[in-house]
Amino acid sequence: MNRFAELLDRLAYEPGRNNKIKLIAAYFRETEDPDRGYALAAMTGALSFRNAKAGMIRALIAERTDPALFALSYDYVGDLSETVALMWTPSPLPPRSGGEGSGVGGVGDSKEPPTPNPSPPLTSFVWGGGAQADLFDIPKPERLLRNDPSPTLAEVVETLSTLGKAQLPAQIARWLDVLDETGRWALLKLVTGSLRIGVSARLAKTAAAALGAKDPDEIEVLWPGLEPPYTELFAWLEGRGDKPVSRDPAPFRPAMLAHAIEDGDLDALDPADFMAEWKWDGIRVQAVAGRDEHGAMVSRLYSRTGEDISKSFPDLLPSLRRPGAIDGELLILREGRVQSFNVLQQRLNRKTVTPKLIQEFPAHLRAYDLLADETGDLREIGFAERRARLERFVAALDDPRIDLSPLVAFATWDELIAARANPGDGGAGDDAEAVEGVMLKRRTAPYVPGRPKGQWWKWKRDPMVVDAVLMYAQRGHGKRSSFYSDYTFGVWNGDDELVPVGKAYFGFTDEELTEIDRFIRRNTVAKFGPVREVTHDADTGLVLEVAFEGLQQSTRHKSGIAMRFPRINRLRWDKPPREADRLETLEKMLNSVIPRRG
Amino acid sequence: MRPEQILVPTPSGLCSKAGGFHIDPTRPVDKALITHGHSDHARAGHGHVLATQETLDIMRLRYGEKFAGSTQAIGYGETLKLGDVTVSYHPAGHVLGSAQIAVERKGLRIVASGDYKDVADPTCAPFELVPCDVFITEATFGLPVFRHHDAEGEIRKLLHSVAVFPERAHLVGAYSLGKAQRVMALLRAAGYDKTIYLHGAMEKITAYYQERGIDLGPVELVKGAKKAELAGTITICPPTAMSDLWSRRFPDPVLAFASGWMRVRARARQRGVTLPLVISDHADWDGLTKTISATGCSEVWVTHGEEEALVHWAHMQGLKAKPLAIVGYGDEEEHEAEIPLPPRSGGEGGEKQE
Ligand SMILES: [Zn+2]
Repeated sequence: MNRFAELLDRLAYEPGRNNKIKLIAAYFRETEDPDRGYALAAMTGALSFRNAKAGMIRALIAERTDPALFALSYDYVGDLSETVALMWTPSPLPPRSGGEGSGVGGVGDSKEPPTPNPSPPLTSFVWGGGAQADLFDIPKPERLLRNDPSPTLAEVVETLSTLGKAQLPAQIARWLDVLDETGRWALLKLVTGSLRIGVSARLAKTAAAALGAKDPDEIEVLWPGLEPPYTELFAWLEGRGDKPVSRDPAPFRPAMLAHAIEDGDLDALDPADFMAEWKWDGIRVQAVAGRDEHGAMVSRLYSRTGEDISKSFPDLLPSLRRPGAIDGELLILREGRVQSFNVLQQRLNRKTVTPKLIQEFPAHLRAYDLLADETGDLREIGFAERRARLERFVAALDDPRIDLSPLVAFATWDELIAARANPGDGGAGDDAEAVEGVMLKRRTAPYVPGRPKGQWWKWKRDPMVVDAVLMYAQRGHGKRSSFYSDYTFGVWNGDDELVPVGKAYFGFTDEELTEIDRFIRRNTVAKFGPVREVTHDADTGLVLEVAFEGLQQSTRHKSGIAMRFPRINRLRWDKPPREADRLETLEKMLNSVIPRRG
Repeated sequence: MRPEQILVPTPSGLCSKAGGFHIDPTRPVDKALITHGHSDHARAGHGHVLATQETLDIMRLRYGEKFAGSTQAIGYGETLKLGDVTVSYHPAGHVLGSAQIAVERKGLRIVASGDYKDVADPTCAPFELVPCDVFITEATFGLPVFRHHDAEGEIRKLLHSVAVFPERAHLVGAYSLGKAQRVMALLRAAGYDKTIYLHGAMEKITAYYQERGIDLGPVELVKGAKKAELAGTITICPPTAMSDLWSRRFPDPVLAFASGWMRVRARARQRGVTLPLVISDHADWDGLTKTISATGCSEVWVTHGEEEALVHWAHMQGLKAKPLAIVGYGDEEEHEAEIPLPPRSGGEGGEKQE
């Protein structure tokens, strides 16, 4: 534990990413299993146990210290765990360790050298080795110090995971008694669940990979099938064992992500090297099935980050009856039509999944990619070949809940641009409204975790834009509570009345917020609690350019239309309200998804 | 006899009317008794200075030949009659030549300990406990959070870092009188036998330590060294130098700082240190409290530092205790230790979600 604490201590001060990796890698080299594995778990957030509350720590220290001295110390240090770690006096008081304090112990006999600490011999450092000092020659302090009574990290983690709440305070006190200051600090941070050391899971895995000169992505790929203390992983990294194989019949495979396409990106690319598909507006999932050791089919649904969401979609699981792993989009389909994200949201918001909910919001999987099939893992082969297998896989599955996301046909970038601008005509047909954009995938791209360069791009559709008139404003929350920052806006209907079509509370700068706020305060015509109605007639009022992602029919709104993801794009001080858009424009947009700029 | 008839605290230091002198005065006086060479205690411009030979030599190195009207050297254990009082000097274990000054009159003894530490230091004589009635103590680290532990362990941490980062230079910020030489001696004791590089500000005092027979091994000024040569080396410098342009001559330097303040993370972070080393030339909380108890004193005067906690502790022990609030002590280390805040890069952000 002291050794892990030293690492955390060092990491807390070291700002450089590469230097952090070196420190962690050195720790992994110097530390045995299972301690280093639990350290990796702690750094990747893979540990879970009952946390101690700050109140418990305060109670422990109160038993050992004078309240006035504690108060002065806490005031000076400013952090509870750190104050306790530094002040903690082991009980019963042992002789002071090391060279400290011994001068007074033997009054008048100060020539006696202090008792040395049980420290590892420093002679095992290799100084002659020049710049390439071999890290394996670094002594292993914790092992050499094993005659000391302090717990190993493994002891701490294993004990905490089984300990009852009632035993926790006494156990923590026992550990505090035998750890040094840094060890106590790290222990308290660990047990209170506040171990923030500026190290991401990715960084810790990268350091582990450095141990065996492996690509960190190889660890990412293995990761979901691994568990603390990762002894197999370290054995493989050190060349002592085979690459770990997941024993999970339906493991998550870390998702491959796309870069947003930027102006000019396409010029450098050859359309012949790419395939395109629609980017559907649902949630990205991974649907996995496989046989366990008894031959029973195990099927699971994972979120893009690897969270098991099977329980939320029991209606989809029976369809996963062929061994394989599909990367796809979870959608709600009604009568063969993809529903908007708002509809899906309604299902996601429910805590309990009832038969009624399932019937009302039937889950559907639209498949993009195939990561594994009955023949094994497919991630190393190119996308075009995976796609071909996916088509066969989905056809063989022949399930109404799982279909193939169609490819977008194009020979030139202009054709793709046209399809993206008008998905309905570009092949998305009736589901065009659920298209968020297009995905561009390199034919030869293997399936790699994370966001590899030059393989996948996402190309969202331009947002739709209308000019609307500010009608009502409401105060914001938190920092914005003194500003009117939530805006309801409307467009003109056939009777030349403004009808509200949406509400937006972001998209503007702080400066613009101040301007709008001032406008509202000066042009209030009525107040309803926290809401102000502002001037909005043909000649006076504020025109807002509103951007949004989609439109849908709504019976809840007087206008009959609801906007998705509306935000303030621009303030049109220059535009009189009468020139704002009309409801019929929105109705046309609803039927044809051709975006326009206002 | 009351202690105040022997020594009175004044804003410019402790004054003995009966003996006609001041101890570590912060303003020029006729006759000054100096505990040690740190410039917050040893100032130039006094009429006459009584100190150990080492302290006089150090003052001469720092202020030049004419740092005082006249000087007199006194050895450890030597006794001298000054006016109505008797004074004697005893090792304080703080830096080379540092002394506690015992002042006695009619059987009442006051010990002004200056700065002191009760732990082993290969570069100076060990602290000697002098039984007394009134013990005048510093309280630089007078809070129970300051426990300095073994300096050897901190040196081990430094050497471990040098081994992990052979391509980087290690800069160790250390007070140029005492701490710098102690760090060097500790490195030698730990078996490190390579050249230790020095900032120019350390040169004179370090040479003086070596002259006095303290073995610091091969030491070289860093001035002439090329950047590439400094990979994997250790350089001792004043803490302020770590944030200077000066530090750019080093390859990706690890910024270590040897100080008792490094015990508290906020202090270490404030100074932009990447490798805090808890090595102190002052007594820690346990050192202060044990020393006070061991002197057998019935009264404690606290000169400077975190006096509130130490006075509270002394009261709990049934001792009379008071803070003296002498202005000007502890300033030099502060001054030399001051490092402007460098920008710190934040922690790793979470992986961005698509
Ligand atoms: Zn000093």
